[in-house]
Amino acid sequence: MAHIKLNNEELPGIVGLLNYRPETARPLLDLAETLLRGPSSLSSGEREIIAASVSYWNQCHFCHTSHAAAAAAHLKSGLNLIDDIKAGLPNTPVSDKLRALLHIAHQVQGNGKNVTDEDIAAARKEGATDTEIHDTVLIAAAFCMFNRYVDGLGTWAPGPNEAYAEMGERMAHVGYGKY
Amino acid sequence: MAHIELNNELPGIRGLMAYRPETEGPLNALAEVLLRGENSLSRGERELMATYVSYLNDCFFCQNVHGALAGHYLDCNIRHIDQIKENFQQADLSPKMKALLAIAASVQKGGKYVTAEQIDHARSEGVTDTELHDTVLIAAAFCMFNRYVDGLGTWAPQDRQFYVDRAPQRALDGYRSSVYK
Repeated sequence: MAHIKLNNEELPGIVGLLNYRPETARPLLDLAETLLRGPSSLSSGEREIIAASVSYWNQCHFCHTSHAAAAAAHLKSGLNLIDDIKAGLPNTPVSDKLRALLHIAHQVQGNGKNVTDEDIAAARKEGATDTEIHDTVLIAAAFCMFNRYVDGLGTWAPGPNEAYAEMGERMAHVGYGKY
Repeated sequence: MAHIELNNELPGIRGLMAYRPETEGPLNALAEVLLRGENSLSRGERELMATYVSYLNDCFFCQNVHGALAGHYLDCNIRHIDQIKENFQQADLSPKMKALLAIAASVQKGGKYVTAEQIDHARSEGVTDTELHDTVLIAAAFCMFNRYVDGLGTWAPQDRQFYVDRAPQRALDGYRSSVYK
C-alpha cells in the first residue's frame, strides 16, 4: 500500500499517482511523450532502453520493467530484453553509439557532475550529435525523477515480466500523451 | 562552456530551454504547477524544498535561483537560507516544515529511503496526503533539474547577488516567462 491514500489502489506504480494528482500528471506525461516518442534521431526503442537502464540502476522495479517492455515492443525483441538490459545488453545488437550514450546516462544517474569531457568525446567519436547527447542527459535526469516519485510514495508494482507486456505495447504504440 | 553547443549565452537551465524548446514546455509547466500553483504549502515553503534538494545534489545554479526565490517569499536573506540548508533541524522553521524537509532529503538519496516513520511523523505534524505527494514530487523533480543543468555542464553566474536581484521579478512572472528575461 502506498504512503498516501490513492483514489484507486488497483492502479500500479506511476499510474495510480497520475490518477491521484491530475494537475501534475499532464506535464509529466507531456515530458515522457516528448522525450520517448517525439521526433528524434534516436529511435524510441533506443530511448526506452536508456530509460529502462537508468530505472534499473535506481532499483525501481516498476519503471525498469515497464520501460524495458516498451523497448521490447518497439524493437519487437521479446521480453528477454528486460533481463538483458539489467545485464548491460550482452545479447542485444545495439550500436556502439548507444552504448556510449548509456555510459553518459549512467554518469548522470549518479550526479550530473559525473559526466566528463572524456565521456562526451567518446560519444561524439561514435557519431552522437549534440541533440542526442542533450536528450540522453535529459532522459536520464527525468528517470531519476520518475523513479524517486514512484518509490518515494511507496506505490505497488506487479512482479513478473509478463505482467508488463500489455503495458509495454500501449506505451510504445499509444504513448503517454493520451492517458 | 557547456558540453554541447547551445547557440546562446543564457545561464543554467535557461540556456538548455532555449536550445530545446520542445522539452522547455513540459519542464516549465511542471515547475509552474509544483512551485507556484494553488497549494496548502506556501510558495516560500515549496521553493525552500527545491533549494534544499539542489543543495544536497550540489547544484550551484539551482540552489541559488531557488534559494533567492525562497528568500524573497519568506523575507529572509542569503545567509539565513544558507543556515537552513546546512542544518534545517536547528533552523527557525515549523515542525511540519522540518518533517517535510527530512522526507525531501530521503527522496534525494532514493525513493526507497522514505520510511514509514518519516511519513507517520509528518502526519503527526498535520501534513496532508496531498502535501506528502507534492513534497516527494518536488524533491524528485529537482533530482531531475539538477542533473540536467550539471550533466550538460552549463555555466552559472558566480555572484550570488545576481540571483537575489532577479528573484522579485521572477516571482511575479513565473517560470515560462523567465527563460529569456
